[in-house]
Amino acid sequence: MTMTAERPGPGFAELFGPPPAETELASLYTDLVDRAEEEGLLDLAYRTLETPVGTLLLAATLAGLVRVAYDSEGLDGVLDQLAHKVSSRILLAPKRLDEAARQLEQYFSGGRTSFDLPLDLRLSAGFRRSVLSFLPAIRYGQTASYQFVATAVDNPKAVRAVGTACATNPLPVVIPCHRVIRSDGQLGAYLGGPDIKRRLLDMEAHR
Amino acid sequence: MPAKKPFSEVVARHGSTVLRVCRAVVGAVDADDAWSETFLSALRAYPALPADANVEAWLVTIAHRKAVDIVRKAQRSAKPVAEVPVAATAVDLDETEVDLTRLLSRLPERQRFAVVYHYLGGLPYAEVAAVVGGSPEAARRAAADGIAKLRKARALNSGASPAGRGADSCAEMCK
Repeated sequence: MTMTAERPGPGFAELFGPPPAETELASLYTDLVDRAEEEGLLDLAYRTLETPVGTLLLAATLAGLVRVAYDSEGLDGVLDQLAHKVSSRILLAPKRLDEAARQLEQYFSGGRTSFDLPLDLRLSAGFRRSVLSFLPAIRYGQTASYQFVATAVDNPKAVRAVGTACATNPLPVVIPCHRVIRSDGQLGAYLGGPDIKRRLLDMEAHR
Repeated sequence: MPAKKPFSEVVARHGSTVLRVCRAVVGAVDADDAWSETFLSALRAYPALPADANVEAWLVTIAHRKAVDIVRKAQRSAKPVAEVPVAATAVDLDETEVDLTRLLSRLPERQRFAVVYHYLGGLPYAEVAAVVGGSPEAARRAAADGIAKLRKARALNSGASPAGRGADSCAEMCK
């Protein structure tokens, strides 16, 4: 920023009036979101949601829910990634995610066993995508092994690749990669951390 | 090359400065409109902006265009009740002015733009010139002239003799 002009000194502040209040900026921001939606300029809308497994970030394109991220993934980093991989036209715009948030809240309170949402799987391709597309077939309260999933997607030798597909699932919880466990009954890794995987499975088992 | 930041971060980082620029250029009443038009237009063009661009200078440039649009529109519809700062003629600043924001709105357009975009918007003179036209040197002179007028008016307002507190406020304003 060496090219930037000097900032006003103390005597300059009053020339330009007081800095705008946060509430004024917040209301302008809300109007901007509405107009961006109207004009189809909002490629990505996001919001956060407090859940029993921590803060989740939810992001949706015009096509559907594109990303669910755990706090542990670093929410700023996730937004940077979305700007890079999907579009930089991102705004904090909760309205587009109302339905996803409602269904997730129902899921966490035990009132929902599957999700009925438009999904945008563009962050996953090829084999990983076919794995993710299969996962909703593992019902609430059940588990399947990595081996089982590999066989189900017609690639029985690709057990490790199934693990990678789960580890890079852009839509955890909604696409239930937490229901895929090791053949020996151990839970295996989880992108939100093993504790959260256990917690989700316990919750589903004791509904 | 640095990665492009999410637009939400652009608004969070520069929203306040852009609103102050809009207020200084079109006045408080139309500033909200100018701000919204600026960020909507910026959102549309953002994906094509080079990742290493000076985002604030870019936003101030857009804000300038939107402000001019709004003022032109107001002049065309010519509502006599609305006060349109840009339409104000370049009156001599006098001792009856007590409010510096108001003084600023009374500066000739070129001087006001130069003062606002350089000192509030943070644009170097080369960029100020790119926005308002003319050479960087002319932009620098317009800003200096504007500041000198404001300084003089302020010294008069504070009731000090030009040689006394006026000189202090010059030092303060010019850092």
